Amino acid sequence: MNPVLQVEHLSISFTQYDRGTRRRRLPVIRDLSFSVQPGQVVAVVGASGSGKSLLAHGILGILPYNSAMEGTILYQGEPLTRKRLETLRGREIALIPQGVTYLDPRMEVGAQLRKGRSDLSAREKSRNVLARYGLGPEVERLYPFELSGGMARRVLIATAVMEQPGLILADEPTPGLDARAAGRILGHIRERAEEGTGVLFITHDLELALTIAHRVLVLYAGETIEEADASDFAAGRLRHPYTRALWNALPCNGFQPIPGSQPGPGEIADGCQFAPRCARCRAVCRREASVPYVPFRNGMVRCRFPEGGERV
Amino acid sequence: MNALNRRQRTRLLLLAAGAVLLAVTLAGMLCRERAMETDFSRVNLAPGLSCLFGTDWMGRDMLARTLAGLSLSIRIGALTACVSAAIALALGVVSALSRAADALLSWLMDLFLGIPHILLVMLISLAFGRGFVGVAAGVSLSHWPSLARVIRGEVLQLRQAVYVQTARKLGVSRLRVVRRHLLPHLLPQVLTGLILQFPHAILHEASVTFLGFGLSSEQPAIGVILSESMRYLTTGRWWLALFPGLALVGVVLLFAAVGEHLRRLLSPSSAHQ
Amino acid sequence: MSLEARGVSFRYPRRGRRMILEGVDLRLEPGERLGLSAPSGRGKTTLCKLLAGYERPTRGEIRLDGNPLPGGGAPCPVQMLWQHPESAVDPLLPLRESLYEAGPVEERLLEALQIRPDWLRRYPQELSGGELQRFCIARALGPATRYLLCDESTAMLDAITQAQIWRFLMEESGRRGLGLLVLSHDRALVERVCTRTAELGGGP
Repeated sequence: MNPVLQVEHLSISFTQYDRGTRRRRLPVIRDLSFSVQPGQVVAVVGASGSGKSLLAHGILGILPYNSAMEGTILYQGEPLTRKRLETLRGREIALIPQGVTYLDPRMEVGAQLRKGRSDLSAREKSRNVLARYGLGPEVERLYPFELSGGMARRVLIATAVMEQPGLILADEPTPGLDARAAGRILGHIRERAEEGTGVLFITHDLELALTIAHRVLVLYAGETIEEADASDFAAGRLRHPYTRALWNALPCNGFQPIPGSQPGPGEIADGCQFAPRCARCRAVCRREASVPYVPFRNGMVRCRFPEGGERV
Repeated sequence: MNALNRRQRTRLLLLAAGAVLLAVTLAGMLCRERAMETDFSRVNLAPGLSCLFGTDWMGRDMLARTLAGLSLSIRIGALTACVSAAIALALGVVSALSRAADALLSWLMDLFLGIPHILLVMLISLAFGRGFVGVAAGVSLSHWPSLARVIRGEVLQLRQAVYVQTARKLGVSRLRVVRRHLLPHLLPQVLTGLILQFPHAILHEASVTFLGFGLSSEQPAIGVILSESMRYLTTGRWWLALFPGLALVGVVLLFAAVGEHLRRLLSPSSAHQ
Repeated sequence: MSLEARGVSFRYPRRGRRMILEGVDLRLEPGERLGLSAPSGRGKTTLCKLLAGYERPTRGEIRLDGNPLPGGGAPCPVQMLWQHPESAVDPLLPLRESLYEAGPVEERLLEALQIRPDWLRRYPQELSGGELQRFCIARALGPATRYLLCDESTAMLDAITQAQIWRFLMEESGRRGLGLLVLSHDRALVERVCTRTAELGGGP
C-alpha cells in the first residue's frame, strides 16, 4: 500500500535579522524523513523549540514569510505542490490546530462546518458529524464564543473530518484539557484512523502520544533521533539515549531528569546534538560532522552507539 | 538577489531621504534673503539656465522662493508633528490609565475627528490670530486625535499583559513599569505616527495659507507662492505655479515614503523580510 | 502562618452574571505542596489570580497569616508561575533585565535551575518555553516570596524539563519552607510532587 504522506529530507530554516542589519539563517528542522500509512497514527514528539509545530505548517504550505523549505513531501505518492495544496487543503488534508482561535468568531458553527454551502446534503452531513462528537443540532446556530473549551475542540475535529480527509494533521490538539477530556478527543482521532485516515499527531507530551499512536518519532534539536513502535516504550526496547531519558522522566515512571537542555536553532554544533548530555557519549560522537539516521531493530535511530546493539 | 538585504536598503533610503530633506531645509534658510530680493530688470523670465525656475512679476528668483517656502513648510511640519505627537502620547496614556479622563478625552477625540481637518485648522488659526503662531497652533491642535486613539488602545492592551502585571506584583514601582515596559513598546507607534504626520502637516499648512487663513503674504511660503501665482496662470506664466507645486508634492511623497518604510521595519509582521 | 481563601466567590465585573468560583475554601501552609486538580474550565487560574492578588474576590476574602494581602509597591509574598512563560517576560528586553526586574537574584538559584550565563544576553523569542520558565521561577523566588502558585506551569514542557523544574521546586520548598500550590490535571505529576491533594469543588 502507498503511504498517505511521505516526507523526505525535509529542512526548514528561518532568515532573521540580528540587532542591526546583519541577516542570519536559522535551521529549525534538518533532514527529516518519515511516512504515514493509511489508518496509521504517527506521533511526532519533541520539546518546545525542537521545531515540531513548523512541521504541520510546512506540510500545509502555511509557513511564515521569512522561512524557507527544502526536501520533498509526497501525498498519495505525488508531490505536494503549492497548486495541488490549494485543492487539497481543508478537504483531503485537514488540520486540527492548537488554538481554538482558528474558528471564525463571526460565523455560526454550522456555516463554518459547511464552508459556505447550504444545500440539503451538506446540512445533513454537518448535523451527522456534530452528532458523532456528541454535539446536538442546536450547536450549529451557536457562535464560537458561546462554546465551552471542550465543545470548541470537538467542533474543530468535526470541521477537520467533515470532508472525510485522507490525512489529518493534529498539532497539539488538547492543550489545557484534563485527562478525561483529552482522552475523549484523542479517542475521536484514533477512531478516524481506524476508518483509514492517516494521522500525524504532533505533541510535546510523550505519555499522551503513546495513548493513540502506532509509531512514534522523536525530535531533538530539529532532527529526528529515533523512530519507534509505540509498544517499544513499555517493553523497554528503546534505541536512543534521549528517548530513554524522556521515558524515565515521566511522572508515571522514574520522574528522573537528566541535566542540561536542548540546543536552540542558533546553537547547532558539529557532531551529535545530544552529546553534551549523553552518558554513552564517546569522543567520536562530537568529532564527526553529522550522525547518520539509520534503520535499527525495526525502527530508526540517529546514534553511533544505540542501546541494545553494536556500533552501526 | 540583491547584494544588500532589505533592512540595509531601507536604512540607505532613510539616510538619503533624510539628507535631501535636511539639505532643502538648510538651503531654504540660506536663500531667504534672495527669495525676497526684487530685481525689476529681469521680471517674468521663463525657466532657463540663469534661473532654473524662472522669475516672477517682481523679478524674484523662483528657485530661491521655492526653496525658502519648502524650508518654512518643513520646519512648520516638524514643529507641528512633534507637538501633536507629544499631545497624542500624553493624552493617549492618560486616557488609558484613568477611566474619568477617558470619557472626556474619547468625546474630544470624536469631536475633533468629526470636523473636517481643513476647517478645524482654519478656525484654530483664526482664533490664534493667523500668522506663524496661528498656523502652528492650528495644525498641531488638529492632528493628535487619530494617533492618540492608537496609543490609547496600545496602552490598554499592554496594561493587561502578563509581564506588566507580574512586574507590579514583584514590587516594581508604577513609574518604572511605565518607563521599562510601556514606553519602549509605544516608541515605534509614536515614531511612525510622527513621521507620517509630517506630510499631512505640510499640506495643511500650505492649504490654509493658500486660502488666506495662514501665513502672511510677505512670507515666502509655498501656500503664498501658489496663491499669488494663480492670478498669473491665465497669462501663460505656468512656471510660477508648476515648480513650487511639484516641489511640494515631492517633499510630501518623500516624507510619506520614509514613514512607510519605517513602519514596515518596525512592524513585526514584516520586520524580517 | 498560612495562605487562606475563605468562602471566596468570583465573577468578572461587567461581564455577565456567571460565577466562576463559588464559596471556595482553601488553606496552604508554609513548606506544604498542595496539589489541586479539577476538570478544565473550573476556574483554577482565577483562583490563583485571587490568591496572588491579581483580582479581588466578589465575596469572601484572601488572608495571609490572618491579614489581607499587602498591596502597593512592595514585592508580594505570594507569586504566581504562569502556564505560558512567553507572555510573562517583556519581549523587548534581554532576559537579564527581566530576571533582575525586582532586584538581585541568588546565584545559587541560577545554577540549580541550569540557567546558562549566555542566555542572559538573549531576547525572549530566541529561547524555548522551558528556558523562559526557568527565568520566571528564578525571578519569582525573591527573598520576600513565601508562597508560589504554579498554574499548569509545566504542562507545555517536555518530560525532562518538567522533571528538572519540579525536582528543583520540591527541594526549594523544603529548604526555605516555601508553600507550593500545584495546579495540574496530570494526576501522576501531582502524586509525585505534592504532600497533600485537594479537589476544587463548587462553581458551575
